[in-house]
Amino acid sequence: MSVDLSQFHQVFFEESFEGLDIMESELLDMDPADVDDETVNNIFRAAHSIKGGAGTFGFMPVSEFTHVLETLLDEIRSGKRSMEPRYVDLFLQSVDCLRGMLSDMQEGNDPETERPAELRKEFEVILGMEQESAPEEAASEPDEKDGGWLIDVQPHTDLLMTGNEPFRMFRELRELVGEDNFEVTADIDSVPELSSLAPEECVMNWQIKVTTSVPLDDIKAIFEWVEDECDLTYSPLVGTSEVEAESSAVDATGTPAAGQLPEAAAVASPEKTAVVAEAQKSAKPAKAPKKAAESSSIRVSIDKVDSLINMVGELVITQSMLGQLGQDFDLSRLAKLQEGLSQLEQNTRELQESVMKIRMMPISFAFSRFPRLVRDLGGQLGKKVILETIGEQTELDKTVMEKINDPLVHLVRNSMDHGLETTEKRIAAGKSEEGTITLNAYHQGGNIVIEVADDGAGLNEDRILKKAIEKGLVPENNSLTPEEIHNLIFLPGFSTAEAVSDISGRGVGMDVVRRNIQALNGSIEVKSQRNVGSTFIIRLPLTLAILDGQLVKVCEETYIFPLVSIVESIQIHRSSLNHVTGSQYVMQLRDEYIPIVRLDQIFGLRDDKDVVDEMMLVVVEGDNEKIGIVVDDLLGQQQVVIKSLEQNYQKVSGISGATILGDGTVALIIDISSIGKNIVPVKRNQNRSERAA
Amino acid sequence: MEELKKEIVLPEGDIGDEQQYLTFIMSGEEYGVDILAVQEIRGWEEPTLIPNAPSYIRGVINLRGTIVPIMDLRLRFGLEEAGYTATTVVIILKFDSGNGERVMGIVVDAVSDVYTIADDDTRRPPELTEDDNSDFIKGLVNVNEKMVILLDVEELLMLRMGMAATPYSIDED
Repeated sequence: MSVDLSQFHQVFFEESFEGLDIMESELLDMDPADVDDETVNNIFRAAHSIKGGAGTFGFMPVSEFTHVLETLLDEIRSGKRSMEPRYVDLFLQSVDCLRGMLSDMQEGNDPETERPAELRKEFEVILGMEQESAPEEAASEPDEKDGGWLIDVQPHTDLLMTGNEPFRMFRELRELVGEDNFEVTADIDSVPELSSLAPEECVMNWQIKVTTSVPLDDIKAIFEWVEDECDLTYSPLVGTSEVEAESSAVDATGTPAAGQLPEAAAVASPEKTAVVAEAQKSAKPAKAPKKAAESSSIRVSIDKVDSLINMVGELVITQSMLGQLGQDFDLSRLAKLQEGLSQLEQNTRELQESVMKIRMMPISFAFSRFPRLVRDLGGQLGKKVILETIGEQTELDKTVMEKINDPLVHLVRNSMDHGLETTEKRIAAGKSEEGTITLNAYHQGGNIVIEVADDGAGLNEDRILKKAIEKGLVPENNSLTPEEIHNLIFLPGFSTAEAVSDISGRGVGMDVVRRNIQALNGSIEVKSQRNVGSTFIIRLPLTLAILDGQLVKVCEETYIFPLVSIVESIQIHRSSLNHVTGSQYVMQLRDEYIPIVRLDQIFGLRDDKDVVDEMMLVVVEGDNEKIGIVVDDLLGQQQVVIKSLEQNYQKVSGISGATILGDGTVALIIDISSIGKNIVPVKRNQNRSERAA
Repeated sequence: MEELKKEIVLPEGDIGDEQQYLTFIMSGEEYGVDILAVQEIRGWEEPTLIPNAPSYIRGVINLRGTIVPIMDLRLRFGLEEAGYTATTVVIILKFDSGNGERVMGIVVDAVSDVYTIADDDTRRPPELTEDDNSDFIKGLVNVNEKMVILLDVEELLMLRMGMAATPYSIDED
């Protein structure tokens, strides 16, 4: 049969990445001193299906590498070896390595070979395989046996409950080798009295003697499905002429046959893998269609879909009610019409909310990578760190989630590197030996708030201030409050790390974090207390697709300001404006000087440069700097759906997107931060001395 | 949609094939565009201005929920402005930019005709001056003793990508 396997490649990669995630999280949860069988089994199963899949699709480097990993796992699983912390580290490194190999292959490149080879050596040392390529030998030698096989089948008691019937397998094996060369002996010693016999339990063992030359792989293919439910031992039939030498070779590997051999098949060579591949094919395609669809979609819980269907149902009812009303309408039924319209409005709004919810995912998707990060980093830094996550079920937009990941990683790294003290210092300060990093997510108003907190030393105000003065970010004699000092760390080019480490402290950190968050229409602030800890608070809009907007009018054109960035709107007289350098105006607003921008000027809507006497000023805050924007009139506030201007046109400076108003016309949405950048020279200087004052 | 595109591509591959062109009149000249690039023909409606856009980009309109820029072809070709009336025609063109489909409207004087033109009959335009307007002329063809200028839709609509230098430009980080 010629099935184009490449169509399943994407599925394989996705499944494998999922498997790696499982392995990783199980490994992290595992306490090497007290290993739970189920945990090891989960890890083993994940590794096993990656290996099987890789073999099926001919990704030999992956399947070979997974094989050694699996061998060690199997020894642990079968109790031949106990789990040790160094194994956990090695497994975790292997997970990373596999992930790298798989993503290389996903992009169609050849996977890296050095790292897998290194790790494989380590595994082989542990497994006591001094020979360079022990797995291949172990796999290939027994296959050359032509004397026959003694197969010891010791099923677990739950074999029958998993739907496996040993008799069928024996029959299949008999067909494979021929009736004359086949002999089964049943061991019924452990069968209890009839009165105490549980009919669903399998209490018999079998010895099967195959007295002809059959490739071991073929035999194993038959028992493939019960590998996990049986203890299978394959041993070559000793006594028949030429097999002694090889049989000793098997022993020489020092690994028990039960653990070693069932896995050997996939490693040996492409032809041999094909056997495994054949056996697995029947299972693979069945799963494929479901998974393939996911690659370009998101998982939506059935509840959400159901509620959507309900709402559409209501909408249809409202529509038919209105339709009926419209058929013979007279003014006496006006009240009914109004009622129907308000119902329609409600339906529409609910429907909109439900549709938005489909894009929402629990933040645990973003949080789930942190246990690993904290563990690795803790090891690297020599700090003991406990990670706590709260509010993992808090939902936010998928796009926001993808974009918030990097800033979060940076913050966590930063907290671990700079925030938490070393163990000695913690003990000296009378704190518990282990530092705690807390990730907390919750909803507040229309926003989602994510907090990254540590119980470390807190921000050192003196050092921050000294550094800021050194870098010329603030003047020497200033009167900044502690909060203001804390927020200086978000200024570009600011880093107080005593030593630049490879974890954080390159001085590009916090301002990049802030910029990324602002790109999502969000904000970040820090709260800190000496010796108690620091908390970074990120506020994000729930979604990027809808924006609360303030409509303004400038020269007959309607523009939209994001409501979140508006500080206040005031009416001013031209006498309150001061002229600085050329055409730049500033205005004193309470104790601050803010630069004034005329929207009609920067958008080239009006030619005259005169300032009228009375004007409407919208004070906005972008990049933590206030700007006053002069508009002609304020219109209403409304939620607007953001549409891309770049899709059919190109990026326009000062504009972040477009939307369609109720009357069907297009209105442009103002990009506050890029408007701010246009008056940089004046604004920066002005504002900085202002901040300091 | 995918199948549709494939079907479109096929006839072009055959040598000596014919293509249909929608032609329109501007300032007495007849211009033609590949009819498969034409999405629809609309009347003029007042677009929303785009700040600091070149003069020939009149703004954007809402085309059933999509934001579509409108280009005045007269201004683009350096012809005199003709003003907009209720009978001014906007041809909505679409093409695959390699980065998804792009849609744009062009303002012309009037729509003229649909011709089937064999590729063999198309003459290359003479090497004109260094005027960049000649870049999007695909060829010239004689139909009923009249010259029709065939335009390359992609060139025409992509050209604006290079003219980002507006008087009010921002240095992006």
